[in-house]
Amino acid sequence: MAANIGILRRPIAPTGVWGWMTTVDHKKIGVLYGVTAIVFFVLAGVEALVMRAQLAQADSDLVGAEAFNALFTMHGTTMVFMVIMPMGAAFFNFMIPLMIGARDVAFPRLNALSYWLFLFGAILMNVSFFNSSAPDAGWFAYAPLTSTEYSGSSGVDYWILGLQVLGIGTLSAGFNFVVTIVNLRAPGMTLMRMPVFVWMTLIISFLIIFAFPVITVAITMLLFDRFFGTTIYDVSAGADPLLWQHLFWVFGHPEVYILILPAMGIVSDILPTFSRKPLFGYMTIVMAGTVIAFMGFGVWAHHMFTVGLGTWAISAFSIATMGIAVPTGVKVFNWLATLYGGSITFKTPLLFALGFISMFMLGGLSGVMHAVVPVDTQQQDTYFVVAHFHYVLFGGSVFGLTAGLYYWFPKITGRMMSERLGKLHFWLMLIGFNMTFFPMHILGVLGMPRRIYTYSGDQGWEGINTFVSIGSLVVASAIAVMLLNMFRSARVGQPAGNNPWGAPTLEWAIPSPPPHYNFAVVPTVRSLYPLWDEEANVVEPPELPHFDETAIHMPSPSYWPMLMAAGITLAAGGLLVWQWHTIFGLIVSSSSGLLVLYSIYRWAFEPVIAAEALEDVHH
Amino acid sequence: MGTGEPKRMQYIAQGPEADHRTSTGLNNRKLLMWAFLGSDAMFFGPLITTHLINRTATQTGPTEDIFNIPLTTISTFVLLISSLAMVLALAGIQRGQMGQFRFWTAATALLGMVFIGFQMTEFAQFAAEGLTPRSSLFGSSFLILTGLHGAHVTVGIIWLWSIFFTSYTGKIKQANSLDVEIAGLYWHFVDIVWIVIFGVVYLIGAFGVEDRLLEHAGAAVRLVG
Repeated sequence: MAANIGILRRPIAPTGVWGWMTTVDHKKIGVLYGVTAIVFFVLAGVEALVMRAQLAQADSDLVGAEAFNALFTMHGTTMVFMVIMPMGAAFFNFMIPLMIGARDVAFPRLNALSYWLFLFGAILMNVSFFNSSAPDAGWFAYAPLTSTEYSGSSGVDYWILGLQVLGIGTLSAGFNFVVTIVNLRAPGMTLMRMPVFVWMTLIISFLIIFAFPVITVAITMLLFDRFFGTTIYDVSAGADPLLWQHLFWVFGHPEVYILILPAMGIVSDILPTFSRKPLFGYMTIVMAGTVIAFMGFGVWAHHMFTVGLGTWAISAFSIATMGIAVPTGVKVFNWLATLYGGSITFKTPLLFALGFISMFMLGGLSGVMHAVVPVDTQQQDTYFVVAHFHYVLFGGSVFGLTAGLYYWFPKITGRMMSERLGKLHFWLMLIGFNMTFFPMHILGVLGMPRRIYTYSGDQGWEGINTFVSIGSLVVASAIAVMLLNMFRSARVGQPAGNNPWGAPTLEWAIPSPPPHYNFAVVPTVRSLYPLWDEEANVVEPPELPHFDETAIHMPSPSYWPMLMAAGITLAAGGLLVWQWHTIFGLIVSSSSGLLVLYSIYRWAFEPVIAAEALEDVHH
Repeated sequence: MGTGEPKRMQYIAQGPEADHRTSTGLNNRKLLMWAFLGSDAMFFGPLITTHLINRTATQTGPTEDIFNIPLTTISTFVLLISSLAMVLALAGIQRGQMGQFRFWTAATALLGMVFIGFQMTEFAQFAAEGLTPRSSLFGSSFLILTGLHGAHVTVGIIWLWSIFFTSYTGKIKQANSLDVEIAGLYWHFVDIVWIVIFGVVYLIGAFGVEDRLLEHAGAAVRLVG
């Protein structure tokens, strides 16, 4: 085979590290996403703890102003792009093909490319710490603050390039999941029979493909400004100082829904399982998610109420922002109605789902407060805002994703997580979370601004800040319990069996962990809850007399996705080198560009299933 | 391919990239290209908007009078004709007429190269007259927008030549005319973006069409930002 005459032989059935590096199996890629997200979760948590240590006492000089700026910038960027999004991606990757009855995603190699771009982009950005110039202009990187004039160090360059690389990966994942969900559903799996998590994944995939290009343009222009001397964000040349803010938030607000909708999907699938009754108003929940996605593109200026947009503009955005609370409220009432009258079992996934609903509600309510412009003007840039978005992103997204972790861990590893440790984790996290973030509302009302690295003792903020810092330690201990539970359960947990929760959706029809081909027989679906009305559905017969698993051919592993991702990342890294040494940087960038081009050709001409893998069967 | 080929075809039909067994009947790769084009529209949208905001911020440098409309009209025509050539190339391979397919594929790519040639001439002329990426906001946003469009055309040219030369290895034949169709979707999209740029950037810029519509649009932009 011509395709196998190259520098490296195509791996057919690699094992060990090489197996992980060349994998195109959606389940392995899901695990890679999950593990990477948890590593960055710990990193972002440590950054948060250092910030809380700095703020615990008045007039503290523990890390100082510059380091503090870098810490809040990287904490925000890491949590958004390297923790919550990839944790969602871990579940899409592992679960979506199982939930729709498919053997893999539509483009397995593109899926691998998405992961490697995410990993390398995240590493590229974090390398800046070792260059003692971490990004320090906030996760929103407002230009002209990020222009060379005000951010002279290369920290912002790392931020731009890291995010650019990571963004390409996110976009490819968006395309992949749109096609997968639209095209690879099992027979009978109509759109209105898809689990809510699948629906929410479809919606956020569309949000990704329409919102990410806008940030790509914004940072590309910033890159041109910083590297090639254009003047797009140069106010002294006549640039609009609000251009970046508009572009960033046109992306940034849909991004908020990219972060929260997966959690809403997870919760909508967990509640029926543990209440033993169908989701109340399935159709309304799906429609509400769609409406949120559309409206999410029309509320961006509520991040900019105090910049002077004029009365008409802020009135329109204020009304739209209040409006978007309606579909969100619809979902909350549907969740409550699902629980009502159900026979509820309080397992850890349900506890986290309930934690999600209640904490997200609190964040939603302070969000509605922000929609009222005069109130927002008072709260702008205070700790009240910090409290608000931690209630929706931590109380919302992180609680929801943790619920998903406890719910699907048995499917992924084949072993149950400890309920005792799980409940300890839940209560520590709920108490620690509220200790940390509820008092921030009060600090905000007392006038404490965001992003300050210290405050004087006579402001009267010290007591509450000390309390908040203690709360953050409780959250840290909760995360430690979670990690302990995961490590322990993965080795010695109770075997899970196919369907430990008695759940209704397709992923529970097959063994845990699932075989590499997922379904021995592609299921035929007749209802929303195939495993609850079994007589109506054809799913996974327990024994197949003449089943030969070698007859199912899955896509072969490939090293081109990883090499291509490495090429893209090195090309971006070459630009950083270019600032320091022009010729050397050019060489790095252009040779990496050639590597990318070469990888594209090899990828395009590589058969999806290697010929050797097919011939093995017949000899 | 040898003897492995029939077996491979047989089993690939069960794999996740099987074309004829998708839920919608649409090919996966074609759907991917449509999703990408939707996304790419959101890429050019902010670029064009940024240019419209900055078009009069010329500082001491050249203004929109610098546009050479006859020249750009010719290059626009060249790009439009390349879309026709693309259609003929696709028609060729769909009918299995490889000669026609190769001729028109090469013609499409060559017309694209002529367009890029026009653009390079234009940029060089502008630079000689003092319009560079650094000269003014107008220069920055105009050159970033048209430059990134040129980059899209360049990717298309490389893609078309790859298809052209691969067709001689026997890997592109009537059965996989879809490969050509997908490249064609991309090529037509890039053309359409240029039509928008030609109208909104060049024509409005050169003829100073400050009519009521634009004033209202300007007022709306000021209202929001």
